[in-house]
Amino acid sequence: MSEKESLKVIRLAHGAGGILQEELINFITQNISLKNINNGIGVGELDDGATIPLENYDKELIITSDGHTISPIFFPGGDLGQLSICGTVNDILMMGGKPIALTSCYIIEEGFELQKLDKIVNSFNKTAARANIAIIAGDTKVMPRGTLNEIIITTTGIGIRNKSIKIEDKNLKVGDKIILTGSIGDHGTALMATREGFDISTDLQSDIALLSPIIDSIKNEIQNNYVHSMKDPTRGGIAGALNDWAKKNNLSIHIEEEKIPIKRQVQAICDMLGLDPYNIACEGRALLAVDSNHSERILEKIKETKIGNEAEIIGVVKVDNPKNVLLKTIVGGTRYIDMPIGEPIPRIC
Amino acid sequence: MDIPNINILRSKKFTNKLLNSINNIINDIDRPVKFMHVCGTHEHTISKYGLRSILPSNIEIISGPGCPVCVCPAADIDKIIELAKKKDTIITTFGDMIRVPGTNISLAELKAKGADIRIIYGPNDAVKIAKENPKKEVIFFAIGFETTAPLIGYEIQSGPPSNFSVICAHKLIPAALELLISQSQLNLDGFISPGHVSAIIGLKPYNIFSQGYHIPNVITGFEPNDVLLAILLLLNEKKEKKYNVLNEYSRVVKPEGNLIAQEIISDVFDSISSPWRGIGRIYDGGLAIKEKYHEFDAEKKFEIEIEVSRDIPPGCSCHLIMIGKLKPNECKLFRKKCNPINPIGPCMISREGNCNIYYKYYKK
Ligand code: SF4
Repeated sequence: MSEKESLKVIRLAHGAGGILQEELINFITQNISLKNINNGIGVGELDDGATIPLENYDKELIITSDGHTISPIFFPGGDLGQLSICGTVNDILMMGGKPIALTSCYIIEEGFELQKLDKIVNSFNKTAARANIAIIAGDTKVMPRGTLNEIIITTTGIGIRNKSIKIEDKNLKVGDKIILTGSIGDHGTALMATREGFDISTDLQSDIALLSPIIDSIKNEIQNNYVHSMKDPTRGGIAGALNDWAKKNNLSIHIEEEKIPIKRQVQAICDMLGLDPYNIACEGRALLAVDSNHSERILEKIKETKIGNEAEIIGVVKVDNPKNVLLKTIVGGTRYIDMPIGEPIPRIC
Repeated sequence: MDIPNINILRSKKFTNKLLNSINNIINDIDRPVKFMHVCGTHEHTISKYGLRSILPSNIEIISGPGCPVCVCPAADIDKIIELAKKKDTIITTFGDMIRVPGTNISLAELKAKGADIRIIYGPNDAVKIAKENPKKEVIFFAIGFETTAPLIGYEIQSGPPSNFSVICAHKLIPAALELLISQSQLNLDGFISPGHVSAIIGLKPYNIFSQGYHIPNVITGFEPNDVLLAILLLLNEKKEKKYNVLNEYSRVVKPEGNLIAQEIISDVFDSISSPWRGIGRIYDGGLAIKEKYHEFDAEKKFEIEIEVSRDIPPGCSCHLIMIGKLKPNECKLFRKKCNPINPIGPCMISREGNCNIYYKYYKK
């Protein structure tokens, strides 16, 4: 597609973690002159974050940056405050780093109720305490009514890792097993159901969570580089994350529908709205590409954690069909899983 | 919320049994067969579950004109666009419809220029908008097959406010099937017929295919094993040299259909010869509002003048895609100039359109 044509104006879909978002990021980053430091991971890699290798020292810093908005700001299972911390901390964890500190900026709409702000700040601080991450600086801005929707929180997270850790998006190896740590689509579906006014008398909640217990459980495997890459499938869902991997590594990923945990309510709501759970955001799940010789042990360790007890090996990395993600469906057919194009919208007609 | 039990209909065990039987029968028949479905939702099921990849290669499933948005002719969109340009007018319609272009422009583009065009979920929303805006004309752009017609018919019967009217672009499925059979190059061996539509019209309208054309027909549900079972039933008909109308979707479709809905349709609408986008006029292929309800017929209520319309943009092959003569990947523009972000024809724009579905699930 021609970039000029689709980028005439910014559409909502440009922020939805699919092809259009890639275009937008490209547009913004193409003319940056200095894109990394000391050959660390930089903005050009479009990874979860960047690394700054420290000279004369065996560690490197990890920096990630995030803007958090959500509607509604209080949703089944969480709120914007919790989401901001989880998003930041998880990005650092997905690079194999230890989160140490973050800075934040609250941008608030004129007229926003203090009581709501209090709740969000509270949950922001509490979640940070649970993640053992310091909040070391910040800023606030108030914008005139109508110029934004209630509140936006931006964060910059700082972590640290050993230079010997090779985890990055581009580090997949042929034969790697793909582990998914839990059911998909819970977060996005719970939100959509709330927005569409479905009565979910069931207990469907966002899967929002800090991924720290999972990372802690496989610390040694991470240090030994048996874990080659990790991703949290937020916007764009696992379809977005897996396609990103396949593309960046010029390899293919073959997954099995049977192995992918999907809650019945999630499947039912998606069927009803004509949506594909693979495209729907999770906020407390991880995808790991791991050395096949160690995959079973890594899986077992993850399964021992509370948030990872439904983890499964869902697929494998191969050479054929490079840059594609293929799905063996529950009835045994094969089809492609495409990079999502925009925001998943319920089918209307 | 009631969550349906879909276990058997998506169970691999049952799939394997069905596939076994399908393989056995096709060996007995010993020649390639070609079945057609006429429903975007069936194409979704077939593509999403990769059914073509597990069926024997001598069974071909092709896709007919099953996308209500796609078959709506440019002339009807041009009419609604003319109306939308009028002062104090609100146009209401279903989501995908607003992106499909008429001859020159789509409703979405007109909306961006300031026209009051609203996406609604059902005709009752349109009537509600009319009640809330008594000083404005509220026009509902009614598209769809037999499934949506009773809903709009019901609103018209119930006496909506006088500022409410309808552009009726409803199409009827059986007439389209008949047209497809007469396309000799297609050589169809049977129809996988749409469950939703049949729930309204019942089995009778399909009798002509078995009696008149000797082509078997299976009314089919929308789970993967529904479709495979339908294929098995069609093969069985072929093998036995029979051509019945069978009902695989009996959990929803009654043989007589939905009598109340049928009554509404025949009270409010006449079936007429009607143009389908890129396909041409189909005898009994659409619905028009009956004379006795003409005050709600926007075509009678307003003077609408449109110039000569153009259904298919240059280079686009939607007219051939919709009747199963071409597959999306055989269009030169597919995946190149034409994609869901910058779609060229209606089959790429609508999520029920064949090009759109192929883009998502097939790579070549
Ligand atoms: S790919 Fe695009 S241009 Fe080609 S037939 Fe489909 S809609 Fe038309």
